[in-house]
This record gives sequence, C-alpha cells and structure tokens, in this order.
Amino acid sequence: MADETITLEVSRYDPDGDSEPTFQSYDVPFQEDWVVLDALNYLKDQVDGTLSYRWSCRMGVCGSCGMMVNGVPKLTCAVFLRDYAPGPIKVEPLAHFPVERDLIVALDDFVSKLQDIKPWIIRDVEKPLDEGVYRQTPAEVARYQQFSMCINCMLCYAACPVYGLEESFLGPAAIALAQRYNLDSRDQGRDQRQELVASDEGIWDCTLVGECSAVCPKDVDPAGAIQQAKVASTLDWYKSFLLPFPGRRKQKTEA
Amino acid sequence: MSKPYRRPMSKLWWLRRRPYTAFMLREISSVFIGAYVVLLLVLVWRVDAGPSAYAAYLDTLKSPGMLAFHAIAFVFALLHTITWFLLAPKALAVWRGQKRVPAPLIAGPHFLVWLLLSGGVAALFLA
Amino acid sequence: MIHHQDRSATAKSTTEPLLWSLFAAGGMVAALLIPVLIVFTGFVLAADVVSFNRLDDLFGYFLVEIVLFGMAVLVLVHAAHRLRFTLVDLGLKRFDRPIAAMCYGAALAGSVWAIIALFF
Repeated sequence: MADETITLEVSRYDPDGDSEPTFQSYDVPFQEDWVVLDALNYLKDQVDGTLSYRWSCRMGVCGSCGMMVNGVPKLTCAVFLRDYAPGPIKVEPLAHFPVERDLIVALDDFVSKLQDIKPWIIRDVEKPLDEGVYRQTPAEVARYQQFSMCINCMLCYAACPVYGLEESFLGPAAIALAQRYNLDSRDQGRDQRQELVASDEGIWDCTLVGECSAVCPKDVDPAGAIQQAKVASTLDWYKSFLLPFPGRRKQKTEA
Repeated sequence: MSKPYRRPMSKLWWLRRRPYTAFMLREISSVFIGAYVVLLLVLVWRVDAGPSAYAAYLDTLKSPGMLAFHAIAFVFALLHTITWFLLAPKALAVWRGQKRVPAPLIAGPHFLVWLLLSGGVAALFLA
Repeated sequence: MIHHQDRSATAKSTTEPLLWSLFAAGGMVAALLIPVLIVFTGFVLAADVVSFNRLDDLFGYFLVEIVLFGMAVLVLVHAAHRLRFTLVDLGLKRFDRPIAAMCYGAALAGSVWAIIALFF
C-alpha cells in the first residue's frame, strides 16, 4: 500500500525559455486521502521546487487552485487521486486563459470583466447613515443568494467554449455576478449594468452549452443567470414599445 | 519580458468531451427540424394539388431515402423536445416566498402539454 | 501585460432581443409539435392509414392553415438562429454577418414558401 504510486502528467511552461507548454511525468505516492492538490504540494516540496501553481485554502473556499484535471476544470483541492485511479492524471492550467507559467493562468481579463459589471450596490441617492441600514426580508435575500456564492475560481470560463473562441464574451461568472446585484432589492444599478450585460459581448453571445453550471463547485448556475437575464432583457425590449414614456423601472419586478 | 502562452482552440473542441458533443448534436437538431418544416409544406402543397399529385408524393415518401430522413429527423426532434423542456427551468425562475419552484415542477408541465398536444394532433389526422 | 478591450463603447443590442424571443418561441413550438408531426407525415401516411380526403379536409381548415403558417415561420426562424450560432461556435465568428444574412434569409425564403404552399 505504502509504495503504491500514481502518475501525474503535469503541464510545464517556462515563459523565458519554452515556446510552448510540455508535459512532465511524475510518480507520486498513492494515498487514499490525497486530493490532487496534495500531490502537487508533495511534488513541489519533495521532488521539483520549480513547479508553479496557485493555491491557498485547500478547502474549496478561496477559489485559487482551479486547474484542468483530465481535461475537466476542477478545484484540485476537491478531487481525490482515488477518483482517477489507476491514472495517469493529466493536470493542466485552466483552459481558455493565457498561461503565465506551468499551471498558472493570467487573471487580467477575468478581473477586468468583474469590475466592468459594477459588482456593488448602486443607489440613485445614498440614504444618510443615521437612517440606518437597508433592510431585506428573507424572501428578498433568497432571490439573489445563489448568485452570490461565486468564489471567482474561473472554472466556468474554462468550461465555456464560447469564451474560449471569443475572449470578448463577458462570460458566465461576470454575468451571474451582475444578476446577483440586479436581483438585490437594495440595488438600483441595473440600467447601468445592462449596457454591457445586454450588449453583443454579453448575454446574447451565450449558446447555453451549460457546462459553466455543471463544473461550478458552488452551484451558482451561471447558465441559469444568463438565461434569466435574456428573458428580462427581452421583456425590456418589448416594453420599450408598449410604454412610450418609460419612467424609472421598478428594480424588484425586473431581472 | 516574458509573455503568457495562448493555447489555440481547436475547431473540433466539441469532440473533446461528451457534454460538448451532446450540445453540438442538440444544436444540429435545428437543421433537421428546419428541413422537415419545408418538407411538411411540400406535403400540404401536394395535397392541395389533388389526389394524383398526393399519390406521387406518397410514392416518394415510401422511398428508403425519405424514410431515413424522417427517422433521423424524428430522433433529432425528440432530442430537441427533451433538451428544450429540461432546460426551460433555467430560464424560468418562479418563486414561492423564499423557495424557488423546483425544476421538475417547471419541466413536468411542459412534458404534459406535449403529450396532450401530440394526442390532439394524432386525433386530427385519424378523425 | 495583457490588454483587455475597452468596454466603454458597448451598447445594448437592439436586434438580439427580437431574434432571441422568436428563437425561443419557435423552439417551444417545435418541441411541442414537430415530433408528432414527423410520426404522422413521415410514417403513418407512408403506411396508407390516413385517406387523401381526410388530409384534404384537414389542410383545408383555415385555422389549421393559420397554425401551420405560424408554426412554420417561428420554427424556421428558430432553426436559422440556432444554426447561425452553431456556425459561430464552430469558430466562424469572423463571418457572423454573412452567416446571419444567409440563415435569416433562408428562414425568410421558407416563410414565403409557407405562404405559397398554404394559401395559394
């Protein structure tokens, strides 16, 4: 049992020397209770200190250890070696993102998209502090709670062929996050977000492959968020003909 | 200055994993459904032209090619129907207080209406 | 350093809401009606179970003609829209405009054909 091993085929890329990534094979001890991240940590500590990858919490909260494991985007802290026995296990950087080094991808595009959808509560006029907090009923919280569980692990982008083909696509997590705020009873910023969310780079690019939701470790269901945003945006469009003088929209009934 | 490596996306990405292939088959259903609608209109047009025109159409309909086309189109139409109804809950968020109405309760009625309508169409043909 | 595109110039799409709603309506109609129609017009007719007179009557009802027309137009737009995005997903985004023109053009031609077949 103790000398049993499993093979990891790890994608390596040195931006200063390599013209493209290559695979390097390592045998690691096969431990029943090891997740793939444990095996990578073993490699870095005991075998090859140059191996580069991101990780932090090792408990599915921080969202930084996302990689392709046998071609599927996974949090490497959440998949066990035994799930892939007898191996080999192919570990690659998250698909569709530029590779910085080994298993590390560039985050710039994703982070800029998160910022672009204004992921904060927008008010027309902030009420003075002495009037207290904005209160919500449990039902109002329930409307957006699912979409607020995102940990920005980017597995959904790595699963989305539309994003892989067209980097300008706003993408699953960003749109789900926009919905999270649009559906918040305290928020009044939907009109501002719509310019981007309902543009040709936003929801209309999505063809509902659905894999974003399938790989999401937090059951955020970005595919559902996008579909619901399509329905709401379509209703907006038809209403713009019915109502010649659109007043301020009531946030809670939309989106 | 080092630069990140951009991996090219294969045009055959949809063969790489089963869910992607299933997605592509679902999308391709539209081609067969569209072609079938055109053919259905040909039938209406031939019936309108009288018994002999219809008889000629029937002969064509009985050819192996036409039967094969209808068989394939039927499989794709079923694929479309099933995936369409199963995905409907994604677009329809119905809330009852703090609880979202579960997906089967949204998809279920779609299947029920489908069965009823199919029975109705069958009755119209067989009346 | 990776430059992300400037998104300040983005604007809400004016055509996609219309096209998507027609796609969705056509998809629903297709899901409900196409399988049973294929069974009858593809196989049951071939088995000579339905008489010519019954078909002639059926396709003669104005209501049936209207339903068939609405169905044909919506389903053709549905198919055109889906095919357009399938081709985009096959890596042909660069040609989206000609592809869209071809797909929706075909749906339009099919709709004209529906008018001819049903009402003339």
